[in-house]
Amino acid sequence: MGRAAAAPRLGRLERAAVQGVLVREIINYSSFWRSSTFSSTIDPTIYLLAFGFGFGTLVSEVAGYDYIDFVGTGIVATTVLFSGAFPAMYGTFVKYQFQHTYDAIIAAPVDTEELVTGEALWIAARTGVYGCVPMLVAVVFGLDPSFGMLLVPFIAALAGFGWATFGIFIAGRAKSIESFSYWQSGLLTPMFLVAGTFFPLDELPTWAQVLGNINPLYHCVELVRHAVFGFEGWEDVGHVAFLVAFAFVSWRLAIRFMERRLIL
Amino acid sequence: MSAELAIRLRGVVKRFGALTAVDGLDLDVPVGTCVGLLGPNGAGKSTTMKALTAQVIADEGELEVLGYRLPEYSKQARAEMGVVPQLDNLDTSLTVEQNLRVFAHLYRVPAGHRKEAIERALGLANLGERRAAKVDELSGGMRRRLLIARGLLHQPRLLLLDEPTVGLDPQVRQELWALIDRLRSEGVSILMSTHYIEEAERLCEQVTIMSHGKAVAVGPPRALIAEHAGPEAIEVYGSPTRLHEVEGLARERGWRTRRTGTSISILQANGAAAELDGEPRVTNLEDVFVLLTGEEIS
Repeated sequence: MGRAAAAPRLGRLERAAVQGVLVREIINYSSFWRSSTFSSTIDPTIYLLAFGFGFGTLVSEVAGYDYIDFVGTGIVATTVLFSGAFPAMYGTFVKYQFQHTYDAIIAAPVDTEELVTGEALWIAARTGVYGCVPMLVAVVFGLDPSFGMLLVPFIAALAGFGWATFGIFIAGRAKSIESFSYWQSGLLTPMFLVAGTFFPLDELPTWAQVLGNINPLYHCVELVRHAVFGFEGWEDVGHVAFLVAFAFVSWRLAIRFMERRLIL
Repeated sequence: MSAELAIRLRGVVKRFGALTAVDGLDLDVPVGTCVGLLGPNGAGKSTTMKALTAQVIADEGELEVLGYRLPEYSKQARAEMGVVPQLDNLDTSLTVEQNLRVFAHLYRVPAGHRKEAIERALGLANLGERRAAKVDELSGGMRRRLLIARGLLHQPRLLLLDEPTVGLDPQVRQELWALIDRLRSEGVSILMSTHYIEEAERLCEQVTIMSHGKAVAVGPPRALIAEHAGPEAIEVYGSPTRLHEVEGLARERGWRTRRTGTSISILQANGAAAELDGEPRVTNLEDVFVLLTGEEIS
């Protein structure tokens, strides 16, 4: 007895714990990277080609950009959604509900906060890489390479962290995997379309523009476009600030709801 | 001065809505001993086990694990104990060795010692030859051994085993008993929940029998049996009509009875074997449990 008084209490968000969660993901990834990479990069590439060639024949220029340049940069946000939010939603639900993986992890010296953070960091890192794939495909189809593109993985990773934690939050609230349909159809699909990826928001009615402005994907799209074609000063600081705020709020929500789920 | 305790619970209460799963539980696990937590499904065993890792937060009471107060210091406690869950939560698409490597990281085994820790765990669980096999390819017994090995990577001072042999066939169960016995002899403190009476009788120095969230009896298995069930029970076999008659007779004499499939056990009726035309047999913990709670344990 008396040990509790002597030992320093282990802190929050310890590197060792977050790292342990990441190692688990990385080792697991070695067994399913093919399917994961396929689904995360092929979908956006299909959208890119469909819109690029489909609309591209009808419109040559949008908002002052060649259409391939417009879609080729905006498409990064689509990948962010597909490889950030969706794997987080389904992966989290499967891991706590069916595989009971999280029960094993939090029985080790890992707290829910560290678990959620590690999972989201890993998804964010993957999103940063995957986010560039459709843009590189667009380069093949005429998007000019630029040094600004080197910043795109970081933008995609930042947005990816926000969407990953948002996905974990959805999973933490979900009673069944079927309830994801409400989130997908009611929130994620509209956001995916009204993000300025395929058409600019300027021409839309005011209410749609307002909605667009509270859509994190829109801020991601704008930031990627400006990184590639030239930053716009304070406006881009605002976009970064929005993405950071979105990531922070989603992160805290994800932790809170996962704690309710995992700690009875 | 009492011996140091690996686990000390006092008056622990946990409610889930209207249900009180644990209802004022006291529990001691002295260092270096194996203690069994016995009870039927729904007695509160699993809730108690989860409270020890702070996956359940008690509403009332004091919990101390390895000297650390819970839930405030649960992370330190978790760092120094191993947990073998009732539900298999291995990563099934990974190999045996990969599963161990993941948990060597999660349990913070220092980089220079990870390989050695994994080898030792593989050896303990006798899985060295299957190290490259995916978990999917393992038998139920091997998976359970791997779960135990996973909980031992960091050489914990305390091991929590939640129903370690449930669903395994008798031969595999005995293999696991040998493994648990070996750990105990190495000085690891063990708390094991089980509803297999034989398991507790063989492995545990002390048992706590739980019913409806409370400890109804605490002590060494033999002492509990001697105290509550007496030296022998009488087992009467016969037709359903005969069994019914015997039950009636036992009621008249104030003896306690238990239906055990095709027979009736009469407890605390020493020397009445001839009268009842039954066979004396050695009493066991199951008899104690029935006497104390009126419930069958499994």
